[in-house]
Amino acid sequence: MSAVSDVTRMTAAQIAGLISSGEASAVEVTTAHLDRITAVDERVHAFLHVDREGALAAAADVDTRRGKGEELGPLAGVPIAVKDVVTTKGVPTTAASKILEGWKPPYDATIVSRLRGAGMVMLGKTNMDEFAMGSSTEYSAYGPTNNPWDLGRIPGGSGGGSAASLAAYEAPLAIGTDTGGSIRQPGAVTGTVGAKPTYGGTSRYGLIAFSSSLDTPGPCARTVEDTALLHAVIAGHDPRDSTSIPQPVPDVVAAARLGATGDLTGVKLGVVKEFAGEGAEPGVIAAFHESVEALVKLGAEIVEISCPHFEYALPAYYLIAPSEASSNLARFDGVRYGLRVGDDGNRSLEEVMSLTRDGGFGPEVKRRIILGTYALSSGYYDAYYGQAQKVRTLITRDFTKAFEQVDVLISPTTPFVAFPFGSRTSDPYQMYLADLYTIPTNLYGGPAISVPCGLSEGLPVGFQIMAPTMADDRMYRVAAALESAVGTFTPPEL
Amino acid sequence: MAAISREEVAHLARLSRLAVTEDELDMFAGQLDVILQSVARIGDVAADDIPPTSHSVPLTNVYRDDVVTPSLTQEEVLAGGPDVAEGRFRVPRILSEEE
Repeated sequence: MSAVSDVTRMTAAQIAGLISSGEASAVEVTTAHLDRITAVDERVHAFLHVDREGALAAAADVDTRRGKGEELGPLAGVPIAVKDVVTTKGVPTTAASKILEGWKPPYDATIVSRLRGAGMVMLGKTNMDEFAMGSSTEYSAYGPTNNPWDLGRIPGGSGGGSAASLAAYEAPLAIGTDTGGSIRQPGAVTGTVGAKPTYGGTSRYGLIAFSSSLDTPGPCARTVEDTALLHAVIAGHDPRDSTSIPQPVPDVVAAARLGATGDLTGVKLGVVKEFAGEGAEPGVIAAFHESVEALVKLGAEIVEISCPHFEYALPAYYLIAPSEASSNLARFDGVRYGLRVGDDGNRSLEEVMSLTRDGGFGPEVKRRIILGTYALSSGYYDAYYGQAQKVRTLITRDFTKAFEQVDVLISPTTPFVAFPFGSRTSDPYQMYLADLYTIPTNLYGGPAISVPCGLSEGLPVGFQIMAPTMADDRMYRVAAALESAVGTFTPPEL
Repeated sequence: MAAISREEVAHLARLSRLAVTEDELDMFAGQLDVILQSVARIGDVAADDIPPTSHSVPLTNVYRDDVVTPSLTQEEVLAGGPDVAEGRFRVPRILSEEE
């Protein structure tokens, strides 16, 4: 048992090694993580639901199959936390909304099927901003998640629960979804790694839809190699998602291992001029520039790149995403699943529907539904939604032009470190600014990763690497190289 | 000048099937005004001759073979409904008395 006493501190790669060599069983590893959740999650609140029985059964199955000599995948027996916006058959899925309280989906999302197929052990479902709308988990209907670095601060959002579960050593791996930065920004403020794959590189089937042209599920972990290992399990074409790209997935694991050798000779990094100066906290800018110098020492060449339309990404996003959300969330009508309010036998369907939606949705979701309905209204459509789609084209052209000169683009992940609870909820637009640097990638559709690069006043700072579509391997190489230079960052004991 | 009035927000809430309260209307009207004034600068971009992008994936007309594959049973589909009767979702009345 001594080998597994501190198994929760190990990387997924190390845990997989222990299990495949027989030094630890999957049940032992799973039990250690469930015990850790029991010990700390009352204070962290990373999980909305812990599936103890399901996890132990899945782990026992892996041990049985290994005992029979079956060939299992590279992450078999490794535990994982899954964001609550992803459907899991028979396991409660709420998207952190009251409107879906108690709902048990009748099917698994494709990425969950792939986790199960790989023999991975799902520990439970993680907290998030309701329907993935937010940057702090303060918009969860079930209360916020607390950042393990400082329990009085936000863990980022929307995927704050997944990121916090990693930083609190409750899980070695987690699944997130990234529509405007919901994997990368929580990674940045919790000192963990989060990757948004190329849009279409991971299947959206079984994601509760927020903004369908932007939503992208992806991997979260404490190291770049672990992130790549999970990426390789979940990525790849899915005939159930018509926007899934029918091409082979780049070898992200090999790229991460190449990067870990610490050699970036010949690699050209483009510093996004508009994101490297004003607008961010001084400590964030300082950590970013120190990391750039570290990458230069590894042989990388730095080119300053201007992306003139990136400053319009935030306005474009806050027209496009709410527009798509206002349409997608029409499905919550109190008929087929979830909550129904006010059905007293006298009220009409329309009245019951309106009462259900007002009672079941939180304030940020309502704001975005109303904003999206406005942007799509006749008379405003051309000026808002139509114009935002044209700006999306110009942002894509900025990326395409940049990648003619450099291999990847780099910037801080988010302008500020983890902020105290309540400091940005009264003015919703102040909350939106958390995603200033992550949103352009979503509009373009390419991949991007956030990797910890330093501390500012004791809190983690994230470094973002953006790559061309279907060149996810490039960002892993640079991220692993940076990690080899600056190391990983450990939060104080809980 | 306000970009959006309280009355407009009330109208949009009705279109969105949200039975918002008076307090919510007061709050949302002010907040949505700030948000709209912030995103309105998207109009500063000269983009008349730029084609719109709805999607980043260059795929069109994705078809599959017309083959029946396994799907959920009626029981599984109905299991999550708030009110189910006789193998169907039961809904409140759709027409009013006068209609």
